[in-house]
Amino acid sequence: MSDYNFAYLDEQTKRMIRRAILKGLAIPGYQVPFASREMPMPYGWGTGGVQVSAAIMTPQDVFKVIDQGADDTTNAVSIRRFFERTAGVSTTETTTEATVIQTRHRIPEQALTEDQILVYQVPIPEPLRFLEPSEVETRKMHALEDYGLMHVKLYEDISAHGAIATAYAYPVKVEDRYVMDPSPIPKFDNPKLSMPAIQLFGAGREQRIYALPPYTQVVSLDFEDYPFEATKANHSCGLCGSTDSYLDELIVDDAGGRMFMCSDTDFCSARRAKGHTGTSGAPFQEEAV
Amino acid sequence: MEASSLAGGFADPSQESARAFRGIMRAMSCPGSICDITGATPPAPLSVAAGSVLVTLCDHDTGVHLAGRTDTQVVRDWITFQTGAPLVEAEMAQFVLGCWEDLNLTVLATGSPEYPDRSATVIVEMPALEATGHTLVGPGIKDTAQLNLPDLAALQNNAALFPLGLDFMFTCSGQIAALPRTTKVS
Amino acid sequence: MYVAVKGGEKAIDAAHSWLAEERRGPLDVAELSIEQIKGQLKLAVNRVIAEGSLYDPDLAALAIKQARGDMIEAIFLIRAYRTTLPRFGGSEPLNTEDMACDRRVSATFKDAPGGQVLGPTFDYTHRLLDFKLAAEGEATHTPQSEGDANTKPHIMSFLDREGLIQPEPGGAECPPDLTREPLELPTNRPLRLQSLTRADEGFILGMAYSTQRGYARNHAFVAELRIGSCPVEMDIPELGFSIEIGEVELTECETVNQFQGSKTEPPQFTRGYGLVFGMSERKAISMALVDRALRWEELGEDNVGAPAQNEEFVLYHADNIQATGFLEHIKLPHYVDFQSELELIRKLRREATSCHRQQEAAE
Repeated sequence: MSDYNFAYLDEQTKRMIRRAILKGLAIPGYQVPFASREMPMPYGWGTGGVQVSAAIMTPQDVFKVIDQGADDTTNAVSIRRFFERTAGVSTTETTTEATVIQTRHRIPEQALTEDQILVYQVPIPEPLRFLEPSEVETRKMHALEDYGLMHVKLYEDISAHGAIATAYAYPVKVEDRYVMDPSPIPKFDNPKLSMPAIQLFGAGREQRIYALPPYTQVVSLDFEDYPFEATKANHSCGLCGSTDSYLDELIVDDAGGRMFMCSDTDFCSARRAKGHTGTSGAPFQEEAV
Repeated sequence: MEASSLAGGFADPSQESARAFRGIMRAMSCPGSICDITGATPPAPLSVAAGSVLVTLCDHDTGVHLAGRTDTQVVRDWITFQTGAPLVEAEMAQFVLGCWEDLNLTVLATGSPEYPDRSATVIVEMPALEATGHTLVGPGIKDTAQLNLPDLAALQNNAALFPLGLDFMFTCSGQIAALPRTTKVS
Repeated sequence: MYVAVKGGEKAIDAAHSWLAEERRGPLDVAELSIEQIKGQLKLAVNRVIAEGSLYDPDLAALAIKQARGDMIEAIFLIRAYRTTLPRFGGSEPLNTEDMACDRRVSATFKDAPGGQVLGPTFDYTHRLLDFKLAAEGEATHTPQSEGDANTKPHIMSFLDREGLIQPEPGGAECPPDLTREPLELPTNRPLRLQSLTRADEGFILGMAYSTQRGYARNHAFVAELRIGSCPVEMDIPELGFSIEIGEVELTECETVNQFQGSKTEPPQFTRGYGLVFGMSERKAISMALVDRALRWEELGEDNVGAPAQNEEFVLYHADNIQATGFLEHIKLPHYVDFQSELELIRKLRREATSCHRQQEAAE
């Protein structure tokens, strides 16, 4: 791949993305339009995240990619390989070793630090899109800080179901100004959105970049009498026994038997390496697979 | 055009601009923190930091305005050769460069309610950058930060425009600090 | 005891080598050459050129081969390549009046200067399978014209002379570039036309057809449909004048549409425009109809709420690379999101059931 520039994108494209990132950081939660390029992977598969990662990456970075919290999901593998080939950066599966982490649908369990950057792949950046399909209209709503529609939706949820019926991509308000879509992370992850690391959000197909600087105030929308609740399966991880990590549910036999395990594969294996074992887990072995 | 315009850009653009950008991004995401940024060696009176910001972020698509003492033929030629950025009036500029006393902030673009990002970024050449003096709070700052600012009232007025407003980068020698519109100063 | 399965990398490698094998097909059959695809599947090559927005028949043929005949995949390969190319500048506007026409028909006049030229069209073929082709039948040699080099005036110019057709003011000196700037709404006609010409043929066809069936009907007549080659000229600043840098094959369609007028303005026909790389007349005609439907506002018509009048709807959904990527991405793992919905629906059901029981107990 030596025919391509460092990290694939040409320098002019990187400059354009870098300018958008800086404006995004200066206006947290606001969606900056950018001239997203056609990438050698399909729209909807992380082209926004990949462009953001390519624009911020230096040869010294250590790169980690997760999809659903796991490093070994096929699309995570594919994106990691892309940067190994085009940027020659070293990669890792260990959250604490990474300087740049690209993610789809999860925030790592391990708290991130000021020296790390979390890049999200975003499918639909507009939190109001499913309430109002027109971009012209939703842009106006953000300009006027008119979020009545969103509150009506949440309220209608409560009258129909007795609870806010949003489980992922749960909308947040940033610094008391912009309502933002945190990408389709489970609402379990929402409280982590105020964190020491820089968070960058890239939506390639929709041509938007937005950002959260460290320690930005991010509040999940709710009502006083129906407060936001970060929920997860009420089980412990079958492999490492963790009770406070987000869990995947697996069907393990023909009778429909279930097992739960950490969605964050690095978090889980680190715990097992320290000797924690769940009810269905084997004791940790180096290179057990 | 003098021969000096041809020199002083990035020797290895893709890697040096990547490193420089990380310095700029760190500064912009953590207002008040003073970060290193090097790579370019622009002609006087530009600092290494200001020159590096220009070659990292500017090109044909970004209008640059030079204010006061920075607006010399040598600087103009250098920017034109190194970035291709058109030199424009202050009102039209995406990037404005100058010493604080030479800047007229009132004419600069602060964005529109629909597109607050269409606002100028102001690169202010400073005699010194120190983590003392004024107190900064806002996104990117854990509790508070300190920075020597050139003027309190003007920057407070700018923050009051949020979500519109200007974003500032302060440069001195090989260092940069930044103050986006979200930062409240006192 | 449960051991997590790991093996993404190996699975991907295996899938890729299987794909390569499938692409090649049986080894006792000769491999397709780029020349064969370019020469014998020209309309497929044309579609990849048009929707890939890159005029390079060799690369388009290669993409079709690599994509195993999947047109959208081939277009995707071209788009991803195109985006890495440096931009040297813009050409002079093409003058389609200078086109060397292989085909030129008008539905609005029985005859006109330049005449009707049928060209290599499927139009009057009876759609009967030609089994001779399966038996490696050699093509018959037909007398073929090398494209009529004589300039043929645009049919529209005759209506123009009489003031019967709405005039088209010149556009901006340099139109915006859809591939270099984010799409901003409301947009303008140059951007709409750019979007339509690279849009998915099937989508544009469906949109155009919907206008014919009454969803913003605009009474289109094909004033002229012409296919042929046009020289491309580019101004070279170092030379101080423009030179011909090549030629492109184009299909151009101009439609005459319903007329308008008022008490103060005499009635005039309106127009729609389609221009597509290669021989792609279904696409060019469709484009002209959709272009015309999208012009409702500037022409002072009512928005009847038809899909083809809604530029946001048309422009955001016309690109097959965007559409197919997002559509197909739902096959990627979503188990984290699904899990959160599972938890939520279980909780809601628990609460609803217990609420129901309480009500029953109270009654």
